[in-house]
Formats: sequence, structure tokens, C-alpha cells
Amino acid sequence: MSGTGFSFTIDGVAVAAEPGQTIMEAADAAGLYIPRLCDHEGLRHQGGCRVCTVKAGGRSVSACTQPAAPDLVVENETPHLNKLRRDLVEMLFHEGNHLCPICEASGNCELQAMAYRLDMTAPTRFPYLQPSRTLDASHPDIALDTNRCISCGRCIRASQDVDRKGVFGYVGRGIHRRVAVNADDLASTDASIEDAAIAAGTCPVGCIIRKRHGFATPIGERIFDKGPIGHDIEDKRRE
Amino acid sequence: MNETRKPRVATVSLAGCFGCHMAILDIDERLVGLMQAVEFDRSPLTDLKTFTRRCDIGIIEGGCCNEENVHVLQDFRRNCDVLIALGQCAIMGGLPAMRNAIMQSDAPLRECLEEAYITGAYIRNTTHQIPNDPALPLLLDRVYPCSEVVEIDYQIPGCAPGGDIIFETLSSILAGRFHGFSRDSFKFD
Ligand code: SF4
Ligand code: SF4
Ligand code: SF4
Ligand code: FES
Repeated sequence: MSGTGFSFTIDGVAVAAEPGQTIMEAADAAGLYIPRLCDHEGLRHQGGCRVCTVKAGGRSVSACTQPAAPDLVVENETPHLNKLRRDLVEMLFHEGNHLCPICEASGNCELQAMAYRLDMTAPTRFPYLQPSRTLDASHPDIALDTNRCISCGRCIRASQDVDRKGVFGYVGRGIHRRVAVNADDLASTDASIEDAAIAAGTCPVGCIIRKRHGFATPIGERIFDKGPIGHDIEDKRRE
Repeated sequence: MNETRKPRVATVSLAGCFGCHMAILDIDERLVGLMQAVEFDRSPLTDLKTFTRRCDIGIIEGGCCNEENVHVLQDFRRNCDVLIALGQCAIMGGLPAMRNAIMQSDAPLRECLEEAYITGAYIRNTTHQIPNDPALPLLLDRVYPCSEVVEIDYQIPGCAPGGDIIFETLSSILAGRFHGFSRDSFKFD
């Protein structure tokens, strides 16, 4: 500790922080889980999905990008914020084609696990957009099923910053913004199964698929069969 | 009105695989108690094809893929106080809805039927035609979740939902104390 540390509160619990730490980083260290989708350990923060929205000093901010500040009063687990997050997650389901029963990622998927955590079980008020999106199975080891892409940008940051390849990038604007590869298809890029962008866990959903790995883990033993998303962080506090 | 009458339940399978009805049987021996507590009206379990009386609860498996599904679902809405969408097909279209977004196709329904009856590699269809008997219900342009056709009151997620969640949900709705699912009790697959 550098001596310049300070403290602030999340839902009334005192949390220690260092200058420059985000609210989420300090919360993680303290064993308080703030829901997130576009933020991923080891990647730079993007602040895109807004699932991590908290109230800090009464203002809505994204916890993955907002720096912690001395004596800041943060609200996280409130019915209001969880409803907002649930609506965001539900809209992500509706914006793509998410057929969980036939998806390789089912049980290991962060979007699905977030829907479980946020109790997305009531009859929907939103229409299903059911877009027609591409499946790129050209690469010998990797497939891209963009029906399930939530445009979180995790593959983009991993490919740019970790792999130094830039295989993935955004194209289009607004609701038409999509993730694309930097060639005609994935086989024509220098993407490799060894890339951090392709590693299991970088893509939070079942869009980037490692061929011949699907459905290998039986139901009951998949990541989120064992506990809700965020329990690894929350367990730190219980210890 | 008889104050102590048993609640009446109706069930139907629309564009589903009957897996959700099979899942109702996964309630196992608790089914015996449930059968004593309720009376089944229109349902594949009773083989009644029409409503004999107004029902308290209607349980829907499957979404709507043809016009008959729509008429039946509307009939359920008219005849049931509470409608429950059981399983992913009823909730969001499920596996049949895969035909809605056949890659890059301008006419996904036609492409689906052609592959199923004419061009598919493993087809043995001696007529080389897409079935068009007037007795067959007309297919809809796409598969619709139940909630896009009528108002749905509750839904039980899963493909198929487990026996426990079906039993717990039905019992608590019947007892008038349903307040949602516990976080670890439901799945979308
Ligand atoms: S990516 Fe996740 S939410 Fe989407 S279909 Fe697959 S398991 Fe379901
Ligand atoms: S492919 Fe996966 S990691 Fe990349 S943007 Fe889409 S959902 Fe995110
Ligand atoms: S939800 Fe699954 S089990 Fe139920 S009808 Fe659909 S495919 Fe069958
Ligand atoms: S996790 Fe913070 S905006 Fe996505």
C-alpha cells in the first residue's frame, strides 16, 4: 500500500482503494461483485455494455471505467439498478439470435449467466429482432457464429493489445455496428487457436467457437452450473 | 358456484416437440397429488380437443409456426384465466425458430421447405413436392413466440424445464403465492 490509499462505500460497505483504481477494480478486490459483460480481466476497459452501471454520488456511471474517489457513496445491488441491467441484458438477447438449447456456450456463457443472476424470467415486453447474421466456419480450428455476438469488443481488444494482430474490429454505426474480421473470412486472417482473442473465456458468449470443443463438458459440470456469475468474487468476502 | 371446486387446468403442444409435456411427467410421484388437486380439461393428457368449461390455468408448450397454432393459442387465451408458457419454444420460439433466420436467405421459409422435402441430401420424398394438402394448416412466415400472439402471464424457462421447477411453479401459482424463481432453480437449456 502506498499510503495514499483511501476508502469509499459500496452499498454501505467500506471499500479500500488506490488512486487510479476504478470502482469495479476496488470492488473486486473487496469481494463485492458488480455485474459486467464488456469488461474482462487483462483487457483494457471499454465501458460499452453499461451492465456495470452503478450510482456514484447519485449519478449513473459505468463502474468499469469510473475511478474510485475518497468518500464516494456507491449503490450497486439495488432493485432499480438490477432492473436496468436486466433490461440491457434482455435487449442483448433480443438483438441477436440466442437459442440457448442448441448453443455450444450454454452453461459457460456470461450473457446467459447474467440473465440468470438478474432473474430474466418474466414474459418479455420487447420484440425479437431475429436478424439474419453470418456464420463463418472457414477456419480449420475456429468458427464465428455472429448470431450470438453482443459486440462487447473483448475479442477486438485481445487481438489488438495482447496478440498484436488486429484480427477483429468494429464495422458500421449505431444499431448496425457489428464485429468483423480484417479479411474476407476468418481463414484468410492470421487468426490462430493460440490467440488470446480466441482463448476460451475471451468471448463471453457462443460467437467465437473453438471447433471440436463444443458440448464436451456435461450438463452439471459447466462453469455456471457450479454457481452464479460473480460468485468467485463474492466468495472472497465470505472467506 | 361451487366454492370448493378443483382448479381446472388445460394444456396444449403447439410448435413444440412434446418434450415439455414429457417434462410434466418428470414431476414423478408428486403428479399423483397434483392430479388429485386439479382437474384436467382440454389436454393431450385427457385427449379432449376442445374446452368443456372455462379453465383456471392454461399451459402452453411451443410457439406458433402455423395458423392453427395461432387459433388454438387464442382459444386458450379466451378460455383460461392464467396462461403459462412452458419451455423455450413457447417463450421465444425455440428450436423451430431456427428457420426464421436461415443465413442470408430472402425467403427462409421456402428455403427450409425445399431443403426438407426436395433438395436435402437424405430425402426420400417420392412426390418431389412440398406437401400442400388443403387439410394441412398454413405455415406462418416465421415462428412466433406465444407472447407475440397473446398476453402471457407466466413463463417457465428450460428446454425442457425440469420436473422440480414445473411442480414448484404450478403449486405456487395454484396457491396464489408465486413470486418468481430462485436463482439456481431455472435454466434456458
Ligand atoms: S451465446 Fe449464451 S445467451 Fe446466446 S444462445 Fe449461447 S448460451 Fe444462450
Ligand atoms: S465475438 Fe465475442 S468477444 Fe467479440 S465482440 Fe462478439 S461477443 Fe464480444
Ligand atoms: S422447449 Fe425444448 S422440450 Fe420443450 S417443446 Fe421446445 S424443444 Fe421440446
Ligand atoms: S462492464 Fe462496464 S460498461 Fe461493460
